[in-house]
Amino acid sequence: MASENGTKPKKSAARKRRDLYQKTAFLFMRMAIIFVVLILLVILADIFMKGHSVITIDFLTQMPRNQMTEGGILPCIIGTVELVVLSLLIAVPLGIISAIYLTEYAAEGKIRWTVEQAVNNLAGTPSIVFGLFGMALFIKYIGLPRSLLTASLTMGLLIMPVIIRTTQEAMLSVPKEYREASHALGVTKWETIRRVVLPTAYSGIITGIIISIGRAAGETAPILFTGAVYYYPRLPDSVFSPIMALSYHLYVMATESMNIEATRPIQYGTALVLLSIVFIMNLAAVGIRRHYKKKVMRSN
Amino acid sequence: MKSLFFIGGIGTILILLLICVFLFSEASNFFKTYGLIDFLAGSAWKPGMHPELFGLLPLLFGTAAVTLGAIILAVPIGILSAIYIAELAGPKTAEILKPSVELLAGIPSVVLGFLGMALLVPIIQRTFDLTTGQTALTGSVILGIMALPTIISVSEDAISSVPLPLRNGSFALGANHWQTIYKVVIPAAFSGISASVILGMGRAIGETMAVMMVTGNMAIIPGSDVFLSSVRTITATIALEMGEVARGTEHYYALFAVGVILFIMTFCINLIADAVKRRHQLEV
Repeated sequence: MASENGTKPKKSAARKRRDLYQKTAFLFMRMAIIFVVLILLVILADIFMKGHSVITIDFLTQMPRNQMTEGGILPCIIGTVELVVLSLLIAVPLGIISAIYLTEYAAEGKIRWTVEQAVNNLAGTPSIVFGLFGMALFIKYIGLPRSLLTASLTMGLLIMPVIIRTTQEAMLSVPKEYREASHALGVTKWETIRRVVLPTAYSGIITGIIISIGRAAGETAPILFTGAVYYYPRLPDSVFSPIMALSYHLYVMATESMNIEATRPIQYGTALVLLSIVFIMNLAAVGIRRHYKKKVMRSN
Repeated sequence: MKSLFFIGGIGTILILLLICVFLFSEASNFFKTYGLIDFLAGSAWKPGMHPELFGLLPLLFGTAAVTLGAIILAVPIGILSAIYIAELAGPKTAEILKPSVELLAGIPSVVLGFLGMALLVPIIQRTFDLTTGQTALTGSVILGIMALPTIISVSEDAISSVPLPLRNGSFALGANHWQTIYKVVIPAAFSGISASVILGMGRAIGETMAVMMVTGNMAIIPGSDVFLSSVRTITATIALEMGEVARGTEHYYALFAVGVILFIMTFCINLIADAVKRRHQLEV
């Protein structure tokens, strides 16, 4: 290189320039990802620091008092738990059945394409549209009261695409050899799915369910007019009573409360409880996925 | 057994069809009494007035403004972050970053809306010396944060799936890492990255709670300073008014007509994103 005098400085200038470009580009990338992580940290830190002092046993186990400016959020916690459980009861069986159809039974073709497009579009449909639909079908057309049941049905439809997609992914990652080995032993298709595919895909399916728990707990728009209420003085006693929910509670306290500034601590407390549910569910999903990955690597 | 699963699969089509049928049939009641053109081209949304006006334009404008703002903010940050995770981050760093992005995606919109009200609204009000900090800009920032995880994870997927031989070929020709990213990897992942932007847009258009809590909800097309004015989106209109309207009135059906517009918009966006992604799969 050194012997080619004259060309060397030119080359190194070009090289210097391109190294500079690379450095600048990488700097911007680092700044971008730091910014993203910072946003997340600010959100978590702000809610935790301003919310944790509000969280006491009383806050978690008492009814709201004094026009919701004091007291606890027990009915919201119970409402959210009931809503999540019921919507999972609706979405999980239906979702898993659809996923089994898509991965194991559906032949390449028009029907399968249409089902996949339908799942895709359901997943991309705004949650407020589900709210409109739930109101039109369950409340106006069928005539059910605005209640835990109608809210859960609506929420169940909303989280079903999540269950379908994650289950499908988990089942697709089951090696083909497992199925072939089972078929070779003369086992029927359904028995193969039940005894080989589903058990192998188990942790992936559980991960999907956990993620949708977080989603169902946090979504507000679908329950706005299908079952959530501002204040309900009793704990819900049947599926036909309306519910208070953490997400809706946070919304009304932050926008329509008697004194928005004075109830800020309650708002932060509610936000912290809600965020904790989502956070724990996400961590659990990550943990299960990692544990499962290691297991697969060991067994190979 | 097979027929049970077939019915389950068909069930998803049925649900989508039911959503269409109910939205469209409720909306069609609206057009029995209100002109389609008056709705689509009407520049005033005044449900309480006499006569009641249901013009879509201010709402469409609000949605367009906050979505555009969100995309402008989120696209550069999102794509740069995606390249970082896919290309620069070591496996351990990526193992922390990816779940962090997922966690950001999992934060409920009502929590982001609440934080927007508590933190961002006062900042924007002070910075720009406004009477209220509830503006299209505030909505854009919050929506941008919500669109980020979609853009990052879909782009990252596309970038990571660029085949190794393509990169190696570029390195073998003497290109450095950035040249390879810029001239080989990004063009190869281009349709996946475009799909991520389209999907991020879809998320922003359909978002309800966060946007409704920080944009001020004035159904007026602002004359100037669009981003520093209060706007009202399509989603916010449905959420704010549906709870109070009497079932079966013209206003009730008008909200379904608005819902149909929203549904058509997101439906098209989903189809486009899917088509763009598929083209990418064919190419590679």
